[in-house]
Amino acid sequence: MRRASWLPEAALALALIAAAAPGAAGELPAQRQAELRHLLDHDCGSCHGLTRRGGLGPALSATALGDRDDDFLIDTILLGRRGTPMAPWGSELSRDDARWLVDRMRGR
Amino acid sequence: MKRIALTAIAAAALLSGGMADAESPRGIMRGTGDLGIVIERAAGRVVVVETSTPSRLYTIDGLGDLSHASAVFSRDGRFAYVFGRDGGLSKLDLLRGEIAKRVVQAGNSIGGAISQDGRVVAVSNYEPGGVRLFDAADLEPLAEIAATAVDGKRSKVVGLVDAPDSKLAFALYDAGEIWTADITDPRAPRVSRHRDIGRLPYDGMITPDGRHYVAGLFGEDGAALLDLWRPEAGVRRILDGYGRGEEPLPVYKMPHLEGWASVGDLAFLPAVGRHEVLVVSMSDWREVARIPVHGQPVFVVARPDGRQVWVNFAHPRNDTVQVIDVPSRSIVATLKPGPAVLHLEFTPRGEQVWLSVRDADRIDVYDTRRLERSASIPADKPSGIFFTARAGRIGY
Ligand code: HEC
Repeated sequence: MRRASWLPEAALALALIAAAAPGAAGELPAQRQAELRHLLDHDCGSCHGLTRRGGLGPALSATALGDRDDDFLIDTILLGRRGTPMAPWGSELSRDDARWLVDRMRGR
Repeated sequence: MKRIALTAIAAAALLSGGMADAESPRGIMRGTGDLGIVIERAAGRVVVVETSTPSRLYTIDGLGDLSHASAVFSRDGRFAYVFGRDGGLSKLDLLRGEIAKRVVQAGNSIGGAISQDGRVVAVSNYEPGGVRLFDAADLEPLAEIAATAVDGKRSKVVGLVDAPDSKLAFALYDAGEIWTADITDPRAPRVSRHRDIGRLPYDGMITPDGRHYVAGLFGEDGAALLDLWRPEAGVRRILDGYGRGEEPLPVYKMPHLEGWASVGDLAFLPAVGRHEVLVVSMSDWREVARIPVHGQPVFVVARPDGRQVWVNFAHPRNDTVQVIDVPSRSIVATLKPGPAVLHLEFTPRGEQVWLSVRDADRIDVYDTRRLERSASIPADKPSGIFFTARAGRIGY
């Protein structure tokens, strides 16, 4: 049985880190932004669609994401969703990276 | 005639945006047995390729969102049916190098199949979940099979394949079911459903003899097996708990079961969330071995003669391809073609394998005997590669 609830400690720890280092997003170096853009289009895109209109994973457009909390989405990217194909990307993405991705999805 | 051909080359060279030196003339009289297509996913374009030289012939534009696009072929090998992510279904004429017909049939599709008799093209959809049937000649809609689970919700459809005796088989991702549809009358398909096959089937395949349909499960360690010769016996669980309770690794790309390699009595398949290829005996469907590999396998494909199995891997280990020697079940080569190897396809008799190296904007052709690169062909962010030899195979 793979499904288990998310380790609350991990979520809490990340939340604390986030609170301690408030939003440096938007200031990512151009090189990193280009890497993230590529990751979003192609690697996230393999499940969410190249244009993010959905696939095996749900659509990730401003409309589709609606009023979901940014931090909730950032946690989804970093921690994944256990028991679903959405994997934790925290080993290769920082919280600022994930925030930058959410901003792109929301068209900000 | 000569002047027309030259004009065509000149015009094509202007249009091709520098990817190829010049495009070949279209519409010449030739066979299609050595032709195929390569998806240029970001550009919404397909390249018609030829494996004898090997080379690009020409490009066909205007196919929409081609991420995750796949293709099947008409039984005469002249037309490719391309299934795009945006619900586009395009029928391409490989000889004329143009779109013969294109329809946008649903919000979000993922793959398709062509019926045994070649008359019906079936498309599986994520949104709204189901399968739609089209006339292969003119793409007129024939019927829709809504994939509705017991609770009334529509489910995404995965692993759609054709099967002997005018059937289709597919799996319902959200509902955890396998369905078969008898499409003898394509306007009135007859569905049989098998429930509780396990959680989150992510893809399916049919054995080359068309007898067994296997759905890989994402939500559990294992796979679901349906014997199409004895559907009344129901779905059986195989490879139960192949992870032996260990934590799976995060899966950065879904494995594919298209071309689960089957060799003699053995099937080679990707282990989800593990750096392993599983080897299963197809006589009793038990695991006989597991081969440690470089990363999480995505495509595990046998050379047509069954002597080798080639494997590519998920992000971030997708710059590598490994070759398994079947008799010894050992890795005989670890190749580094370049960044993001997305797909591989063998020529009909297997002397070449073509690899799409997405982030190098290249197709690499390997000699499968020497295990060395023999040619490279430029392509814009290539993904799927499909050769016309698929036209004659069940499940392709
Ligand atoms: C292997 C397939 C796969 C890949 C690759 C993938 N996702 Fe997901 N993603 C999913 C699935 C499936 C869900 C839905 C999970 C659920 O059922 O709650 C999801 C959910 C999400 C959500 C939550 C959406 C919502 O409405 O709550 C976000 C945000 C997200 N993914 C972002 C990403 C990003 C960013 C990447 C790339 C770094 C990525 N995903 C890569 C499959 C994938």
